[in-house]
Amino acid sequence: MSGLHVTGLDFAYGSRPILKGVGFAPLPTGKLTALIGPNASGKSTLFRLIAGLLKPNGGQVHLGDQDLAKLSTRKRLQQVCFMPQFFTANAALTVFDVVMMAQKQLRGWKVSSADIDAVAEALHRGGIGHLSEAYVSELSGGQSQMISVVQALVRRSDVYLFDEPTSALDLRHQLDVLGRIRDAIADRQVTGLVALHDLNLAARFADHLILLGEGRILAEGPPDTVLRSDAIARTYGVEIEVTEGPRRDLLVHAY
Amino acid sequence: MPDTPLLGPSASDIATGYRKSITKRILIVGSAIAVLCLTVLLDIVSGPFDASIGRVIQVILQPTVATTNEAVVIWDLRLPVALMAVAVGAMLGVAGAEMQTILNNPLADPFTLGLSSAASFGAALAIVLGWSLIPGVGGLFVTVNAFVVAMLTSLGLFAFTRLRGVSPEAMILVGIAMLFTFNALLMFLQYGASEIQLAQLIFWQMGSLARATWEKVGICVALLAVVLPYFVYKSWALTALRMGEDKAAALGVNVSGLRLAVLAGVSLLSAVAVSFVGAIAFVGLVGPHIARMIVGEDQRGFLPLSALCGALILSGTSIASKSITPGVVYPIGMITSLIGIPFFISLILTQRKRHWQ
Repeated sequence: MSGLHVTGLDFAYGSRPILKGVGFAPLPTGKLTALIGPNASGKSTLFRLIAGLLKPNGGQVHLGDQDLAKLSTRKRLQQVCFMPQFFTANAALTVFDVVMMAQKQLRGWKVSSADIDAVAEALHRGGIGHLSEAYVSELSGGQSQMISVVQALVRRSDVYLFDEPTSALDLRHQLDVLGRIRDAIADRQVTGLVALHDLNLAARFADHLILLGEGRILAEGPPDTVLRSDAIARTYGVEIEVTEGPRRDLLVHAY
Repeated sequence: MPDTPLLGPSASDIATGYRKSITKRILIVGSAIAVLCLTVLLDIVSGPFDASIGRVIQVILQPTVATTNEAVVIWDLRLPVALMAVAVGAMLGVAGAEMQTILNNPLADPFTLGLSSAASFGAALAIVLGWSLIPGVGGLFVTVNAFVVAMLTSLGLFAFTRLRGVSPEAMILVGIAMLFTFNALLMFLQYGASEIQLAQLIFWQMGSLARATWEKVGICVALLAVVLPYFVYKSWALTALRMGEDKAAALGVNVSGLRLAVLAGVSLLSAVAVSFVGAIAFVGLVGPHIARMIVGEDQRGFLPLSALCGALILSGTSIASKSITPGVVYPIGMITSLIGIPFFISLILTQRKRHWQ
C-alpha cells in the first residue's frame, strides 16, 4: 500500500476560505509525518477532509491509486482512522467499553474472545490498564486523550490521523504516546500524520514535517530543513533559532 | 526514552475483569427476567377472584383443565392485562432509552417530544367531538385518533429536522413547543366538554390497562419484534453516539441518519403505547435511568435492561393498582409516579456516579 497524497484541496466555511489548493506528494509509509502550523491554520480541517467528514470544494485525496472520494463514508473511515482527541465524557461507559467500540467498528452485537484479548492488550500497552473499569465521565483531560490514542491504535487502518494527541499530557506521557504512535506506524508500515503544536516534539518524533499556514502548505521536508526555513518564523510570527541538543536532537527556540 | 516498566494490571487481568463484568450483566438481565415472570404471575393471581398461584400456572399451561369461570378470568381478563403491562412497559422503556441516547438528554422521554400530549389531544377529539380521524375503525376510534395525532406530531418533527438539520437541542425545543401547543388545544376542548365527557377524558389521560385485549397485546409484541432488532443491529452506533457526535462520526456513524431512523422507531413505540393505555408518565424516563445506573450505557446491556425495567415498573404498578384498595383498580398513571418516584430518588441519592453533569 503506497502512501496518502493530496492534490489541490480547497475548502471554505461559508465565504471564509480555510484551505486554498493544499497538496502534498505521497507520504512515505512507516514514517511519521508531523503537520505543524499556527492556530486556525486549517490543520483539523485538513484532517477532516482527508477522513471524508467534510467535503472539499475542489481537489482530491488519494491513497495509492485509490481516489478516496469514490469510497462510501463507512469504508473510507475504515481505511483512514481519524480520532478527535476529546470527547464529551458524561456517558456511563467504561474505558474498556469505549475501546471495544473502536475495536468493533460498529460490526455485530457479539464480542468475541479475540476482541476482548485485543482490547485488553491495547489498554495494557497504552498504560491505561488500571483505568479499564473506570467510567469515562470520571477521567481527566489527559487520561481521555490517552484513551483516544488507544482507541485509534486498536483499529487496523492504512492511514492514521492524530489531531493534537499530546496537548493535555505531562512530559512523560507526551514522550510515551508519541513513541507508541511512531512505533505502531513503523510496525504496520502505514501512513501516520500527527498535528502538533510543540515544535520540539515534532522535531524529535517526526521523520517529515509539513508546515501549514494561511490555508497553504508553506514548507515541507525533513525536520532539519523545515525548522531552519524562513517560512517557519514568518508563519508563526516569532524569531526561531534551531540548535542541537545534548543527544544530537534538534532543539527549537522561539523569541 | 528509558524503557519504563508498564504499571497496572496485566492484559490477561484486564480481560478477566471485562469477562466478569459481562457475566454479571448476563446474570442481572437473567434475574430481571425471572422477577418479571414472578410479577406477571402475581399480577394474574391478584384481584377479587381468588385463585392460587399453583392453579393459575396449571390453567396457563393446560387451558383445558380450567372451569369456565377460571378460563374467563385468567385467559380473557387477567392475562391480556398482565402481558399488556409487560409489553407497554418494555416499549416505553426502550423508547425512553433511545430518545435519551439520540437526543443526548437525560430528560427525554415520550412526554418531552410532545407525543403523549398529542395522543391525549387525539383522544379528546374522539371523546369530546366524536370525530374519528380514520373512518371505519368502530369502537377503537379513541385509540386510533390518539395514535394518528401522535404519529402526525412526530412527522412534523421529522419535517422540521429536514428543514433545520438534526440537532438534539432543536428537536427537544420543537418537542416542548408541541407539548404546550397540544396542552392548549386540549384545554380548549375540555372547556367545551360536558361533565361526562370531561370525566371520560380525564380517566383516559390517567392511563389504564383495563382496555387490554389479546389483539392489542399482539400489536405491541409485533411492533417490538420489528423495532428491537433494528436497535440491536445499531447497538454499537448508538453506544458510539454517547461519546459525542464527533467521535461517532469518526467511527463511521451517519449521525443524522441514525437519529432520524431511531426517532421513527421510538415514535412508533411510544405512539402505540400511549394510545393503548393512556398517558403514563415516568416509565419511559425512569426505566432507562435505573438500567443505566446498574449496567452503564453499553447498549448490549442498556437496551435489554431498559426494556426489562420498564416492563417491571408497569407490571408492579398493575399489581399495586389492584391491591391498594380491595375491589378498586386505580388508574396506573398515578401509581407509577407515586410508587416509582421515591424509589427513583433513593437510587439517585445512593449512587456514586453521576453521568449527566
